[in-house]
Amino acid sequence: MVRTYFLLIWTWTRAAAAYPVSFTLMILFGIITSGLDVAVILVVFANTTTLAGFSRDEVLFLYGAASVSFAICDMFISNIDRVSQHIKAGTLDTILIRPVGAWIQLAADRFTPNRLGRVLQSAVVLGYAVGALDLDWRRAWMIPVMLVTGIVIFTAVWTLGGAMQFVLIDAPEISNALTYGSHQLNQYPLSIYARDLVKGVTYVLPLAFVNWQPGLYVLGRDDPFGTPEFLRFAGPVAALALALLAALAWRQGVRHYRSTGS
Amino acid sequence: MIELDGAGRSFKVRRRVVHAVRDLSFTVSPGEFVGYLGPNGAGKSTTIKMLCGILTPTSGRVRVAGLDPSRRRTTLARRIGVVFGQRTTLWWDLPLTDSFELIRHLYKVDRATFRSRLDELAETLDLGTFMRTPVRQLSLGQRMRGDLTAALLHAPDVLVLDEPTIGLDVVSKASIRDFLRRLNAEQGTTVLLTTHDLGDIERLCRRVMLIDHGRLAFDGTLDDLMATAPEQSSLEEVVTRLYTGAAPAQ
Ligand SMILES: Nc1ncnc2c1ncn2[C@@H]1O[C@H](COP(=O)(O)OP(=O)(O)OP(=O)(O)O)[C@@H](O)[C@H]1O
Ligand SMILES: [Mg+2]
Repeated sequence: MVRTYFLLIWTWTRAAAAYPVSFTLMILFGIITSGLDVAVILVVFANTTTLAGFSRDEVLFLYGAASVSFAICDMFISNIDRVSQHIKAGTLDTILIRPVGAWIQLAADRFTPNRLGRVLQSAVVLGYAVGALDLDWRRAWMIPVMLVTGIVIFTAVWTLGGAMQFVLIDAPEISNALTYGSHQLNQYPLSIYARDLVKGVTYVLPLAFVNWQPGLYVLGRDDPFGTPEFLRFAGPVAALALALLAALAWRQGVRHYRSTGS
Repeated sequence: MIELDGAGRSFKVRRRVVHAVRDLSFTVSPGEFVGYLGPNGAGKSTTIKMLCGILTPTSGRVRVAGLDPSRRRTTLARRIGVVFGQRTTLWWDLPLTDSFELIRHLYKVDRATFRSRLDELAETLDLGTFMRTPVRQLSLGQRMRGDLTAALLHAPDVLVLDEPTIGLDVVSKASIRDFLRRLNAEQGTTVLLTTHDLGDIERLCRRVMLIDHGRLAFDGTLDDLMATAPEQSSLEEVVTRLYTGAAPAQ
């Protein structure tokens, strides 16, 4: 399955390499737009030293952690959210006649490496924050766990968004709101939001486990909302539960696919 | 090879239910060449989509090569070849050669078998001059030949064709018909062919099935079909009579 995926993205990369200028421009564009997010954080901290109790470098750490996971998913699987386009164009039919899962084919569809800019930029921010903060190194093992958890959670969110489009063919924006909205939310410490919202992203759609809960552990901080200690480590479980749910939703979506009338 | 038992598929369209196919039962044995006829909107494409697992039937049972298409779609894909005349199954932006290479990997065809099959198909379908052209730049007839090749590279037991000769000139049509006839005769590939071109039927199909409003209206040999309306002399007239609702013989 992994081999098939890489074969597909390699084929699409070669097709994209036929247009080298737009390719380079897109990478630059990616770095600039995601750079704006960081600029906003820096501007906020030009006037204050803490944001909801977190220092600049701590906020950059949380931002970087969420952004690395998000950017990797954005680069490698985000095309899963083009389900409704494929349904309308009728190309989903042709995807479904291949001996490879529709999910893999859609995730790889029209892959271009130009979102690499975002991944690099996020990794630089995270690297800077890790270096600048005086972290307890006995807790650093959580950083890779957190990134993988984040990747699984965002992949699941994207898959849910894609699965929704089998039903909401005319409203693909709803699933975009889900994916990009999730990332927007995770860019700042959750302590800036209302308690009910944070409860929602902890116990319902477990976005808090992308960077917030494990991040608190790495930073050695208590949760301002006072959630129990074990939640710092619950990320992988929450991610797997969400992934399972997403996989089921996806299966249902494919089984209820109606194709087009012609 | 193909087995339908009371298969049906309906769609909910704004609170109304459209029965595209209802209570359809038939069997196609290995090696048969069957024409699948019916007026526009009769349910032909819907049937074909159920056969390859794209659509899940809402009632009844479908089996292709012994498999339930909607549950074992990716397994079945290795044993069935599908061509949609209306749209390509190839990758729009890739040259034909790249598409074929990708198919080789997706279907896990070993390199030597792939080479010999591709060479053979490329020669009989005359692909030589446009193998390196991106699919979007191909003419309709060229694309169709590319699609046929793509559907056959993994040597499927069953080939399902939904209007493969639509929009082709007489020469291309003749070459594709000739190719299909030989494929069926020499390799024993089971073929189910949907078309609005009765010439395809006359020249290729021993058996004809006709559906109307999602129901099987006729199933028999071409001669049987002609015999349903002895006063008519051409297939076109016979089919017109059936399409316009005169009671079929069965
Ligand atoms: N995805 C869909 N949603 C709603 N209705 C559909 C859908 N697909 C097919 N139908 C309806 O089902 C019926 C059968 O359609 P189908 O495409 O199978 O016909 P067909 O025999 O292939 O016709 P044609 O010769 O025009 O290709 C039509 O009434 C069509 O409107
Ligand atoms: Mg049709």
